[in-house]
Amino acid sequence: MNTLVRENRDSELRQNEHFVVPVASIIEDGDGYMLQVEMPGVNKGGLEISVENNELTIIGRRSLPAVEGTLIHRESRRENYRRAFELDPSIDADKINAKIDQGVVTLTLPKAERVKPRKINVS
Amino acid sequence: MSLIRYQIPESTAWPSFDRWINLREDLNTLFELPSWSNFGRQGQLFSRWSPALDLYQNDDNVIAVVELPGMRKEDIEISLHEGTLTIAGERKTESSNGEKAERSERYIGKFRRSTTLPARVDPNKVSATYRDGILTVTLPKAEEAKPKQIQVNAD
Repeated sequence: MNTLVRENRDSELRQNEHFVVPVASIIEDGDGYMLQVEMPGVNKGGLEISVENNELTIIGRRSLPAVEGTLIHRESRRENYRRAFELDPSIDADKINAKIDQGVVTLTLPKAERVKPRKINVS
Repeated sequence: MSLIRYQIPESTAWPSFDRWINLREDLNTLFELPSWSNFGRQGQLFSRWSPALDLYQNDDNVIAVVELPGMRKEDIEISLHEGTLTIAGERKTESSNGEKAERSERYIGKFRRSTTLPARVDPNKVSATYRDGILTVTLPKAEEAKPKQIQVNAD
């Protein structure tokens, strides 16, 4: 049950568009997982989250602030973000919830009722 | 679980041969370091966060654009000292008890990022906005740093 949301790298090779892999963190609690992905420059409109064949894909398209001026130094990347994860079978894919706040996507991935830890009452 | 932040791969393509040569050189340098004990103590080598910073300028302003995802705007400090812009702050965890990190690549903690500005700016007129995890700092140039049109007077 520990296998969680496993990263899926293979699917990245199939794409023609170049993406950068965003930084992510996965936190587990009793009821499920919380996945946080850093996508600075992305807002709600640029976010595309899909689940297909147990694979969760998060694509973030940047809407960069328009800056009037000449670029003199750059460290940021222009490419959009993409990262895919393989979902643990315990996750109820229908109940995945997502929000984005200040460039961080937070997904809550609840476990299906049947796999949640539960107390058995002794009668 | 310790916080591990690794280099985001530049591309998924197989690395070219000269990267392997560099890797070997890097490894050699690594083994020549005086002491391994410094790594553990400082803990900085792999976990420091250096936010990406872009710098623009036009006739009137110098503009710094910094990627700072997931901050609270109160936790961002912007300061200016002798032509150096410093952006510092702290990113805090939101996790509560009973949660465990399975995998943690996001940097939590304090950071500091400085850059030398290409022109003199007026420290009293600096403004900043924070949106979609991107901090944009607009630094108006000091009058003497602005380009000037020289009038040619005809006799």
